[in-house]
Amino acid sequence: MKRVFLDLSRCTGCRSCEIACAVQHSKSQNLFEAIFETPPPRKRTYVEAIEGIPYPARCMHCAEAPCVEICPVGAMYREDQFETVRVNKDRCMGCLMCAMVCPNGVIGFDPDRKVAIKCGLCRSRLKEGMVPACVESCPTEALRFGEFEELERQRRLQSARVVIAALRTAEQASLPIYKENTGGE
Amino acid sequence: MLQRRYDNITQSLFDRAQTLGIETGLDRLERQEPQCAFGQLGSCCRMCYMGPCRIDPFGNGSQRGVCGATVDTIVCRNLLREEVGGAASHAGHARHVMLTFKKMLEGRAPGYKITDREKLMEVARGLGIETEGRSDEEIALEVADKALEDFTRQDDGILNWMRLRAPEKAIKKWEKLGILVSNAHNEIEEAMHRTSMGNDADPVNLLLGALRIGLVDGYAGLHIATDFQDIMFGTPRVRKIEASPGVLEPNMVNIAMHGHNPLLSEKILERAGRLSDEARAQGAEGINVVGVCCTGNELTMRHNVPMAAHNLQSELLLLTGAVDAMVVDVQCIWPGSQRIAECFHTKVITTEPFVKIPGATHIAFEPEEADQKAELIVKEAIEAFTRRKGRDVFIPEGKTTALVGFSVEAIIDVLKKINPEDPLMPVIDNIKSGNIFGAVGFAGCPSIKLRHTGMTEKMVREMLKNNILVVTTGCTAHICAQAGFMNTDATEKYCGEGLKAVLSALGDAAGLGAPLPPVWHMGSCVDNSRIASLLGALADRLGVDVSDLPVAGSAPELVQEKAISIGTWLLALGLLVHIAPHPRIMGSPVAVKVLTEGLRDLTGGRAYVELDPQKASEGIIEHIRERRKALGI
Ligand code: SF4
Repeated sequence: MKRVFLDLSRCTGCRSCEIACAVQHSKSQNLFEAIFETPPPRKRTYVEAIEGIPYPARCMHCAEAPCVEICPVGAMYREDQFETVRVNKDRCMGCLMCAMVCPNGVIGFDPDRKVAIKCGLCRSRLKEGMVPACVESCPTEALRFGEFEELERQRRLQSARVVIAALRTAEQASLPIYKENTGGE
Repeated sequence: MLQRRYDNITQSLFDRAQTLGIETGLDRLERQEPQCAFGQLGSCCRMCYMGPCRIDPFGNGSQRGVCGATVDTIVCRNLLREEVGGAASHAGHARHVMLTFKKMLEGRAPGYKITDREKLMEVARGLGIETEGRSDEEIALEVADKALEDFTRQDDGILNWMRLRAPEKAIKKWEKLGILVSNAHNEIEEAMHRTSMGNDADPVNLLLGALRIGLVDGYAGLHIATDFQDIMFGTPRVRKIEASPGVLEPNMVNIAMHGHNPLLSEKILERAGRLSDEARAQGAEGINVVGVCCTGNELTMRHNVPMAAHNLQSELLLLTGAVDAMVVDVQCIWPGSQRIAECFHTKVITTEPFVKIPGATHIAFEPEEADQKAELIVKEAIEAFTRRKGRDVFIPEGKTTALVGFSVEAIIDVLKKINPEDPLMPVIDNIKSGNIFGAVGFAGCPSIKLRHTGMTEKMVREMLKNNILVVTTGCTAHICAQAGFMNTDATEKYCGEGLKAVLSALGDAAGLGAPLPPVWHMGSCVDNSRIASLLGALADRLGVDVSDLPVAGSAPELVQEKAISIGTWLLALGLLVHIAPHPRIMGSPVAVKVLTEGLRDLTGGRAYVELDPQKASEGIIEHIRERRKALGI
């Protein structure tokens, strides 16, 4: 299962992901043409800020998604290949029940088609072996895309590195380190 | 893995960088991509500390800056500041040359002299200076003071150099628009002032301001620079040279001159000639001065110095390991060059006190001590060579030949052989008959973002095929020389029948025994002045405005702010100006509308943005066709 991972400490709030997302959802998929399209393309990712700290919010593609559960017409559904949550725009009637139950607040509304819109994890890009547009556009790699397990492992290794470095320092400084009595003494 | 592939020679240097594990601009570009959308659209404002503010181009997010500025205000302010960057560079260049000229006359810059007396007299007469019964020095001093006035006057009179060089009809047009300019420095100051927080918020007014800066660039920058450079170093004449990085010599001390101002490169060339024995004493076969970027254009047009590299190749040239010193002055010098130089024995020598690069050798080059400083610099290069001896170098094979040096004077000389009384007449006749369908000036830079598409080459070929004469300056001239567009074979190879016939006749008249090349090298980027002079003369001869001519300008791979300000000057003159990549105006509906449409009714000019070489060529040809129709030809 591949996911977009967020490293909050790296996000500068530049909004590159928002623009890349809108361009990805334009007809031309080219910035300089997209800005002249009507209706204007709409983003599915939202950079908010609390106390000056930016937070890029997107659909998390929940494993048990309340939006899927609540949708009265079955327009919200889980797609298997990339394990994402998607909207079937032909079914959607724009009641926005999904938005009301989404804890992340990342479901938008397309006033032209009168349907709910949300991140689809750039399925068309994934099919071509590319990463989602927001990830590609992120200049600080605050957004990363990969196998959930691998990304988690990277996190574990990261924290392990910190602990082990501390241990080394302590050993070198001959600090009394608690060790389990392994017997034999 | 790098995604773009370039022409063979450029690519061979990128490949070498990869093999050696040396970072180039291409690595850096691909790491920068995708680049910031707000930046590309011009819709990010950093003018004050309530910002930075960005405007959402899709209308979802914020539509105004904290101060209330709209995207139109923001984009037009940013554009005007870009123009200032360009015009300040050219005005600075021109002022530097002009002040050195003055010092020379006062006996304080003994390394320089008046080389082209005829040009001095032409300029003096044009400025209304009395030339009868006066010494050259007296006349020259008055000429210098007239130029100085364009940087100092506080009345509302117009630039002397605008009066001297701009077509009368154009001046009238600008007067009506209220954009006549009087003092380059005042204009630059005002442009910075009006664009700072809480000043001009009217996008149209700001765009008129941009036209003003275009005029500053054209007259106080380009024209003054060209005129004084011609007087001091000679007006270029047609000559045959070699081009491409392959002009480096494995067994010689190679000095690459990079930057813009011939004040430096002329002296280095001269000293190199005198110090060749010293180089031989160190085991070299002599000293090989080669030209990079625009100072390369200056040298090649006056002294046959080979054209080694355009701007994109400037840092790549160092990957050959064969450059002993890269001597630079101002503009377009990539800081990354020094990092590459450090991988070899190469010395990057900066010479301008306000242009330094960490790690590079700095030798301040003052015109007062030009000879001594030039000697010191050449000796540094020889010393570097002694450290290179015995090491492998990689010099890409393949050189092209090119005819360069098409100053207006040189062109008129050729034309006079056909019609001594009315030299422009043969050109006009051929334009009327359609043998010359039109003319396009290609100028500007090689963009690392577009170079792999061969944008310039494709467009030039399309022009020639359609009997459109091409003139070129700047780094675009390097591209054309390396592509083989500037030799006599190119005429046969690329031109339509009409153009071929004209160039053959001109070649015969010039006594060349072969056709003239189809792409005319008219100089460095300041020498866009020469293109404007030629257009002005043609328009005057026909009794029409420059904007009526079947001509266009193109900066197909724009990089520098200077290209923006030159382009704006050409818009003010009334030309169609094609640009790629996208100028940073696309975020503003008003800027796009005014520059690509509305301006037509004001000056006759029009900006034309198109990244596809085929479509861009078609657009330009269509414009020329319209202009011909309007002229009834
Ligand atoms: S000048 Fe206005 S738009 Fe620009 S940064 Fe300041 S508040 Fe923002």
